[in-house]
Amino acid sequence: MSTKTPSKLEKILSAGHMAVTSECGPPRGSDSEDITKKAEMIKNHVDAINITDNQTSVTRLCSLASCIHLKKMGVEPTLQMVTRDRNRIALQSDILGAASFDIYNILCLSGDHQNFGDCPQGQNVFDIDSIQLIQTVRQMRDEGKFLGGDDINRPPQMFVGAAANPFADPFEIRVPRLAKKIAAGVEFIQTQCIYNLEKFELWMKQACDRGLHEKVYILAGVTPFKSAGMAKYMKNRVPGMDVPDDVVKRMSGVPKENQAEEGINICVETIQRLKEVEGVKGFHIMAIEWEDKVPEIVERTGLYPRPDIS
Amino acid sequence: MIVAEKKPVEEIIDYVKDFKKLLIAGCNECVTVCEAGGKKEVGILASALRMYFLNEGKKVEIDEVTLERQCDHEYLEEIRDRIDKYDAVLSLACGVGVQFMAEKYFSTPVFPGVNTCFLGAAEERGVWSERCQACGQCILGETAGICPISRCAKRLLNGPCGGSTKGKCEINKDLDCAWQLIIDRLKELNRLDDYEKIMPIKDWSTERAGGPRKVVREDVRL
Ligand code: SF4
Ligand code: SF4
Repeated sequence: MSTKTPSKLEKILSAGHMAVTSECGPPRGSDSEDITKKAEMIKNHVDAINITDNQTSVTRLCSLASCIHLKKMGVEPTLQMVTRDRNRIALQSDILGAASFDIYNILCLSGDHQNFGDCPQGQNVFDIDSIQLIQTVRQMRDEGKFLGGDDINRPPQMFVGAAANPFADPFEIRVPRLAKKIAAGVEFIQTQCIYNLEKFELWMKQACDRGLHEKVYILAGVTPFKSAGMAKYMKNRVPGMDVPDDVVKRMSGVPKENQAEEGINICVETIQRLKEVEGVKGFHIMAIEWEDKVPEIVERTGLYPRPDIS
Repeated sequence: MIVAEKKPVEEIIDYVKDFKKLLIAGCNECVTVCEAGGKKEVGILASALRMYFLNEGKKVEIDEVTLERQCDHEYLEEIRDRIDKYDAVLSLACGVGVQFMAEKYFSTPVFPGVNTCFLGAAEERGVWSERCQACGQCILGETAGICPISRCAKRLLNGPCGGSTKGKCEINKDLDCAWQLIIDRLKELNRLDDYEKIMPIKDWSTERAGGPRKVVREDVRL
């Protein structure tokens, strides 16, 4: 696949390298060091860093401003953008804002319902959904046109991504849904955290059977558990998360002081196994408030050093 | 139908405590069916208020009436000859009826006695749920007869989101995921292939977003 944007992530993927991305959640305040410190810990071990957009509907420093802080440090950001909070005017406007800072990656999401966050009494917008946001960015980039049809001066040059959750229900449409996102114009996918490897491999196989792995770069999502408690919480409380019993058992089976290490071990083993799965083109390591562990995971899985492409 | 819920009596008392002559006006349509503002509820509320005023040692006259509809000139006119007798009207109609009452009887204070909730259906006795948000451009033909605008918590036109779990919505385990319902019915209709058609960005100008709406039908005007 040839590249269409100046995105380093796109170049790495199109050169056939396994990509490694990670993500940072912005702070609940305005101290930019909260972002730059996290990025500093991982920047040599990943190709791009996602900045979440008010994840779990909790109000935080905005994704766009955080991406600009990364850009200023010379780190490649991926702007996450949810359709929950902004209508089509604001979304297009923020895309242009990001483009004016030469932000080259975007991840199109619908976003968690505001019910989960700190403003459950707020309105939501959902003027468009994540698939339509993919279409919007592609139209702005490829046709140089706003949704309203007018020309854009200096259109955004963004490598367009989306999420995929192989574990949500109903399972039978999970691959068709991926196909739908591809038809909308998505170019890379970062999946939900994978703990149920069999189910993920089944999903991947069905995607490959349809040839979808040739049309989109799929980065497998992983999140190391810090503790058995976290594993249980993710299993029982986070919608759309699939944590098999044996994984919880493995975490609970080691003494508390060794659980963090076990969590990293599971994560490393997951990456090693998934590296061999057809269609997996890289990894998205979401070490939630545990960024300092990302380098270790990348090194232990043989994904370090990162290719030098710019 | 329009589904409404009774307001707490304390809230109603707060509205009407300083008046001397009250008319409680029910409506014989939707709010009767959903048991929030029909003749029966008018009677119950009237008794509760009488009791309250008696306990407070206040002499307040309360009359009851239930109109065929409060969203229609014809029926609202039925009380024109006596409206001036009252200091205030407590309307148990939906928000439409309350407003029409207020427009018609411009100098009489009118208060709502119910909270108007949504356009819905009676799932079973005592349970009503939402089915439509009156978006003005119905897409049920494309969504197997299930409305994602009113029934998906994120009104996704291309769902389901990643939070759909065992048929339920990510925001509440008691709420069906609209997209699971759509997919189940597409399957039943042998139309699962249609799932892959991308629903285009919606024109919301026919919805609330486009400003207050009006339907004018020349063919039925007098
Ligand atoms: S598509 Fe619009 S008109 Fe049709 S049921 Fe849903 S909200 Fe109502
Ligand atoms: S779980 Fe289903 S109904 Fe709930 S927001 Fe997601 S797609 Fe909509």
